[in-house]
Amino acid sequence: MVTKEYRTVKEIIGPLMLIEGVEGITYGELTDIRLDDGTMRRGRVLEVHRDKAVVQVFEGTSGLAPQGVTVKFLGKGVELGVSGDILGRVFDGFGRPIDDGPPIIPEKWLNINGNPMNPYSRDYPNEFIQTGISTIDLLNPLVRGQKLPFFSGSGLPHSRMAAQVARQARVLKTGEKFAVIFATMGITFEEAEFFINDFRRTGALERAVLFINLADDPAIERIAVPRMALTVAEFLAYEKDMHVLVILTDLTNYCEALREISAARKEVPGRRGYPGYLYTDLSTIYERAGRIKGKMGSITQLPVLTMPEDDKTHPIPDLTGYITEGQIILSRSLHAQGIYPPVDVLPSLSRLKDKGIGVGKTREDHANVMNQLYAAYARGKNAKELAVVLGESALSDIDLLYVKFADAFEDRFIRQGEDENRSIEDSLRIGWELLGLLPKSELKRVRPEFIEKYYPENK
Amino acid sequence: MSTNNQGEVVKVSGPLVVARGLAGARMYEMVRVGEAKLFGEIIEIRGDEYSIQVYEETEGIGPGQPVFRTGEALSVELGPGLIRSIYDGVQRPLDKIAAQYGEYIVRGAESPSLDRSLIWKFEPVAKVGDHVVAGDILGTVRETKLVVHKILVPNGVEGTVKKIAPVEGNVDTIIAVVDTEKGPRELTMVQRWPVRQPRPVAKKLPPLEPLTTGQRVLDMFFPMTKGGTACVPGPFGSGKTVVQHQLAKWANANIVVYVGCGERGNEMTDVLMEFPELKDPESGEPLMERTVLIANTSNMPVAAREASVFTGITIAEYFRDMGYSVALMADSTSRWAEAMREMSGRLEEMPGEEGYPAYLGTRIASFYERSGNVICLGSDKRNGTLSLIGAVSPPGGDFSEPVVQATLRVVKVFWGLDDKLAFARHFPAINWLTSYSLYQEVVDRYANEHYNARWSEVRRRAMAILQREAELEELVRLVGMDALPAEDRLLMQAAKMIREDFLHQNAFDELDTYTSMVKQFQLLNTILHYYDEVRPALQKGVPLTKLLTLPVLEEISKAKLIPEDKLTQFDELRSKVSEQVKSLMS
Ligand SMILES: Nc1ncnc2c1ncn2[C@@H]1O[C@H](COP(=O)(O)OP(=O)(O)OP(=O)(O)O)[C@@H](O)[C@H]1O
Ligand SMILES: Nc1ncnc2c1ncn2[C@@H]1O[C@H](COP(=O)(O)OP(=O)(O)O)[C@@H](O)[C@H]1O
Ligand SMILES: [Mg+2]
Ligand SMILES: [Mg+2]
Repeated sequence: MVTKEYRTVKEIIGPLMLIEGVEGITYGELTDIRLDDGTMRRGRVLEVHRDKAVVQVFEGTSGLAPQGVTVKFLGKGVELGVSGDILGRVFDGFGRPIDDGPPIIPEKWLNINGNPMNPYSRDYPNEFIQTGISTIDLLNPLVRGQKLPFFSGSGLPHSRMAAQVARQARVLKTGEKFAVIFATMGITFEEAEFFINDFRRTGALERAVLFINLADDPAIERIAVPRMALTVAEFLAYEKDMHVLVILTDLTNYCEALREISAARKEVPGRRGYPGYLYTDLSTIYERAGRIKGKMGSITQLPVLTMPEDDKTHPIPDLTGYITEGQIILSRSLHAQGIYPPVDVLPSLSRLKDKGIGVGKTREDHANVMNQLYAAYARGKNAKELAVVLGESALSDIDLLYVKFADAFEDRFIRQGEDENRSIEDSLRIGWELLGLLPKSELKRVRPEFIEKYYPENK
Repeated sequence: MSTNNQGEVVKVSGPLVVARGLAGARMYEMVRVGEAKLFGEIIEIRGDEYSIQVYEETEGIGPGQPVFRTGEALSVELGPGLIRSIYDGVQRPLDKIAAQYGEYIVRGAESPSLDRSLIWKFEPVAKVGDHVVAGDILGTVRETKLVVHKILVPNGVEGTVKKIAPVEGNVDTIIAVVDTEKGPRELTMVQRWPVRQPRPVAKKLPPLEPLTTGQRVLDMFFPMTKGGTACVPGPFGSGKTVVQHQLAKWANANIVVYVGCGERGNEMTDVLMEFPELKDPESGEPLMERTVLIANTSNMPVAAREASVFTGITIAEYFRDMGYSVALMADSTSRWAEAMREMSGRLEEMPGEEGYPAYLGTRIASFYERSGNVICLGSDKRNGTLSLIGAVSPPGGDFSEPVVQATLRVVKVFWGLDDKLAFARHFPAINWLTSYSLYQEVVDRYANEHYNARWSEVRRRAMAILQREAELEELVRLVGMDALPAEDRLLMQAAKMIREDFLHQNAFDELDTYTSMVKQFQLLNTILHYYDEVRPALQKGVPLTKLLTLPVLEEISKAKLIPEDKLTQFDELRSKVSEQVKSLMS
């Protein structure tokens, strides 16, 4: 194929360039952009109209002059070379190695946009992953192939939690191959270092692949980062039979990059200036989690996003919640009370919990204990609020017990150490100890035979 | 007028392609775009520029590439083989596509909508010499254990049956020849219909019968009808999909069309895995035997999402035309509206509210207008119904946004989901104070006659208790529960029982997932019976706490799990209530 080179850039607007006089250009094509000083950038065709092409520049347009660039259209989409040797390697946001390792010799080149998975070919995720964190394992269980985001806020310990999950996650089966893919979008150097050191400290780096785009790296590159990460994940999961955990942080920065492009294109904005297609765009990331019938591997996603102003109705968490299979919400007030991990239990949810727990998966009483802990904690929190308005004296004896329960629940169940890896049995045991604070007659959501079997008698 | 069968691309912007040189092409005509022959549909014509929404990813398409006309509007194939299928938004069979092309949906994938390898046994109903008009039943094919597929005379065909006989073959087999004014016409088991055009009916009637769902809060308090319209708006995680799945499972319709529109892939997988296992409560046959699935998941191309709703409703109308009760669920109509917004934005149309096109309201209305209780075409004047239930996913759970508002203007039932209830794990999280059904009267009349003469009375009293509870709760928040007068404490107790022992229904519990109408009545009636017994007892001086802790309450709280074939247990339960109250008075 003839490659086409042009020096006819007419406009530069935000991260976009308009090139005129082009011929035979197609939508989505990858471009090499050569500056006259010899440096290179990369771009992708966002629109092509007769002889004009709009190109988004991944490294941004700062320092570009229309007269000083040559644009070469490569006749293919954005691709990533993948190979089994990719484990243990660190890349920049565009998939170029930044560790001191040798270049990757690709087994194959894959378009980073992937293709939508046929819903008929999906296998329903139902295999429990033990993260060692009680508020996740017992109350919001994660299963293989699920996409379960952390809704966090600035300054909250989502990175520590994500690292803890990456470190501790295991299934109750042995002899399987794991990998962790960790992709950052616009996080700080320190945060990224924290993860890398943690991976190194625990030996996890050997079975990890890292894509690093930091706060001072090009913003538009963030559009490519999660797609690079998921392309590798698909390769490892479905061609190398691995169970892949993908941690993406921070999706808020990704969405901002998308908004920047949309604004430069003068598109009609949706809510808060984000493009109307934000939902669709996010779904092309999140829906790449899953399992395929007849394949060994799986892709589990743990995206992290920081809610602007802690607002769950902001378009980024809102649209994410509409796509992902639940959400783990972090609470600023628990954090302020010094409780780690500060999981806001009541609004958190795992939608796939029902299929992943119970006899043969976790334990027979899991669902009952989960529901009862929720109900009791909800009631305890309600009673506490009432006490604030009316004073403790207005509470009935039973409500006072619930207040006590709620406090103990936060202190003993929610709170745990950063290196404390609780088995599901440990979590259930603590759950029962707390339920033991309440009389048996209050445990309406637990079947009598489980109360018989597990209720702690000698307090 | 000169016409061209082939034009060329001049512009590509995401799912929108502009072509020229397609003289003669019409609005909504299907075209194939580029060397990859991607499916597309003309959605705007300006001079020689034709805007095309493309149903597949457009990467690799560019100016100069060819565009081919098909001469046909986006249409679906209708005939035996629809039931149990799973289609994408433009009726490609996803199971066949998976077998042919693998786990990922590649571009340009093609496979006939109706499986030609399936052999059907056609039994004639019409006889040689009969005069037939559009909609008349030529004969039948047993499609599944639950569905007898009626082969209808297609629209525009009228005449005398010249040949008809029992025959076995695939859908393309000729089953009859009809002598029409324009000469003999060979008819097969398959017909095509353009999706954007409603299928005609003889007459529309108001809905008259309930569409029962087995969901207590819906059937008792906010009932739906056969031929009616309903919406389920709610923020994420509030239970829209579970409600829609429950309806697809338990609604007493003959045929269910489930459209997964721009939502999660795993939710479609869930249906695919579960429905073949679940049994229809009336026939005992697997639910899949009456179900058609349309799946355009969120990550599939956005233009096909816009089409998926029309594809689904056209299939639903086709079964309605056979005289069946059909229910269509669309999860979520917001994704459909967003797809319209995206295409509108790319066409650079003047945006209306929140960027939605100005015609949003009209489109939504014309979708719900395709519902109804109808007299079908055909000389036997049979009755068919099509019920529509749309989920709505408002940003931030804010019901004042355009899609919810446009929907509320046309639908008759509003099942409002509430995230506070969902956080409290009260499911289904339907807010009983704000939801409504405009079919209440119709259904009351039907229910009083068919289920229990006191149906409407019991319903009305129970709702009054819930409303009174809401008022009293304000008070409790200010002064505490203990400050309430004893009668009000009893009312609060009754309300709590209605909420926890009746409204709360666990979709994932084998017994609780479905409740028949008769059992619903029994359950609610038992709770009210308690309330009716304890009030006089209080007057006669029985201490409040005794009444609030009556031993039988424990049993009432488990009464929702009384099996459908042991409903006499409710009579025993009520007697027990009376006895226990009486013993307190002696
Ligand atoms: N199903 C529900 N519908 C409306 N509000 C609810 C529901 N469940 C809980 N709530 C809210 O939560 C509060 C406490 O609910 P609930 O009455 O279930 O708790 P409780 O009275 O403390 O429990 P119980 O009396 O069962 O031991 C109520 O005041 C109500 O506002
Ligand atoms: N009737 C119900 N019974 C039990 N759990 C329910 C019920 N309805 C909803 N849920 C819970 O709520 C979660 C979210 O429901 P879903 O229908 O997926 O919400 P939405 O479609 O509104 O985002 C489900 O995964 C389930 O855990
Ligand atoms: Mg849903
Ligand atoms: Mg109470």
